Amino acid sequence: MSLEIDLRCNGKHGFRLDLHCSIADQGVTAVYGASGSGKSTLLDCIAGLREPEQGSRILFRGTRWSSTGHSLPAWQRRIGYVFQDARLFPHLTVAGNLDFAARRAAAEPPLPRERLIDMLGLATLLKQRPGSLSAGQKQRAAIGRALCSAPQLLLLDEPLANLDHAASAQCLELLQQLAQQLDLPMLYVSHDMEEVSQLADNLLLLDNGHLQEQGSIIDLSSRLDTRLAHEEQAAAIVLGEISAQDDAFGLTEISAEGQTLYVSQLPLAIGSRRRLRIPARDVSICRERPLHSSILNILPVTIAEIEESQRARLLLRLALGQQHLLARITYKSAQRLGLQVGDQVFAQIKSVALLSEAGDAS
Amino acid sequence: MDVILLTAALAGTTTIILLILGTPLAWWLATRRSNTAALVEALVALPLVLPPTVLGFYLLLALAPDSPLGQLWQQLTGTRLAFSFSALVIGSVLYSLPFVVQPLQSAFQNLPAGVLQAAATLGANPTDQFLRVVWPLTRRSFVAAASLGFAHTIGEFGVVLMIGGNIPGETQVLSIALYDRVETLQFADAHRMAFGLVAFSLALLFLLYRSNGRSAWRVRV
Repeated sequence: MSLEIDLRCNGKHGFRLDLHCSIADQGVTAVYGASGSGKSTLLDCIAGLREPEQGSRILFRGTRWSSTGHSLPAWQRRIGYVFQDARLFPHLTVAGNLDFAARRAAAEPPLPRERLIDMLGLATLLKQRPGSLSAGQKQRAAIGRALCSAPQLLLLDEPLANLDHAASAQCLELLQQLAQQLDLPMLYVSHDMEEVSQLADNLLLLDNGHLQEQGSIIDLSSRLDTRLAHEEQAAAIVLGEISAQDDAFGLTEISAEGQTLYVSQLPLAIGSRRRLRIPARDVSICRERPLHSSILNILPVTIAEIEESQRARLLLRLALGQQHLLARITYKSAQRLGLQVGDQVFAQIKSVALLSEAGDAS
Repeated sequence: MDVILLTAALAGTTTIILLILGTPLAWWLATRRSNTAALVEALVALPLVLPPTVLGFYLLLALAPDSPLGQLWQQLTGTRLAFSFSALVIGSVLYSLPFVVQPLQSAFQNLPAGVLQAAATLGANPTDQFLRVVWPLTRRSFVAAASLGFAHTIGEFGVVLMIGGNIPGETQVLSIALYDRVETLQFADAHRMAFGLVAFSLALLFLLYRSNGRSAWRVRV
């Protein structure tokens, strides 16, 4: 725990950030919340671009960044900041933008410049000015520029929000690779849970300027008492291991808690560990194992918790060994099946998304 | 020839002082939104709407030998302030202020959003930010501001007449000399001066507008 934050700051439109937390010194911590929940204000305070109120404190690895009567200027904090709108210098080429950062770096960059350019696909863009780049190219250049400054902490403020689907997927994959390869703590602001599920190890749930919950994303994703479970796209994250490739049917088999799940075949090494994202709305419940179903993924689970979230619908937390799934079913179905906590049932899973292995190597 | 040199010296000195004073003032106006800022902005713009004689009249009072400023000047330099070259510089600086501040202010306001914040997170301190980001992005506006300040100072008449008088070699600039020639019916001289001013101003403005035209490099993000 090495970024200590005790922060109060007035934002725009009468909104107020009031937050006390510690953020891990490694891996990716996602700051998740609806727009207007204070995510960007938090990032700006950490970066030193905005002054918090008197009595606030920000400490990074024992260095005071902000406290009463003291504020380390942004240019001395050695942070990298990837903005939503890239903010490349329009009068410099991509190479010039990278050099601007490299010349002011206080340490060796985390990756040699050539590696970085290669990895981010910037080699052919080096001589271009930002005005002629696509949104995705700009954002890749901005990530490269931030890393060239050899930051101790990388802040990312919804870096994918302005990108189209393809560019966003490409950028996300790059960020995953960087998160795995670099020993660089990242703070990633987003309001998109799918992005966050791919990338984050830990999660700060922000609601209207307050910290609602903090913890590992895998734990938080399957809990019923956070706002996450009540969102339309609520989904549990489950860890699995690639166990076999079924070439005949074009499927990849994944083992989780002794059970087997099937996804469309992907070229992954057997034994590698992956995250699976299982949306609550795609899980249905059967009392007995359906024998004549087209659905492949049917797992024996135990009902761990039942929550009547809305009048017509229920949220179930299902234990699969040590891990958990979420299921959203109608109140009527729950009544008809007579579901109780502790019941052994079968979860029929309509869709499974295979995510990265970021941070889950252990 | 003295007249031309004197006019150029006045315009040059004024422009340099205006760039030094006008740049921080324009930056302050571009980044603040308050009643104070609005008042300062209005004060800066005042010479655009007031008759030059109004400004000249007040300056005449302020620079007079028995005024506090006149006394201070006398003590510091041992010379009289009223009807001197220095008085002309002071008047010209005030009179041409909007022509330098306004283009700079608008250039600073039009800097692409957040580039300075980006520069700060990359380790650039404020001086570094100004030299490496603001200056390259607003260079053209500095050229425009300096040109307008220079040309406008050359073209000024009323203020100079009020506070400078008509002392050859000390305060007699082109516009005054022209007036003088017409008064004494030396039309040939007057023609040369008038035409010279028209040609110079036209050439300067033409170059300025051409360089800021469609082909000009523009900021895109």
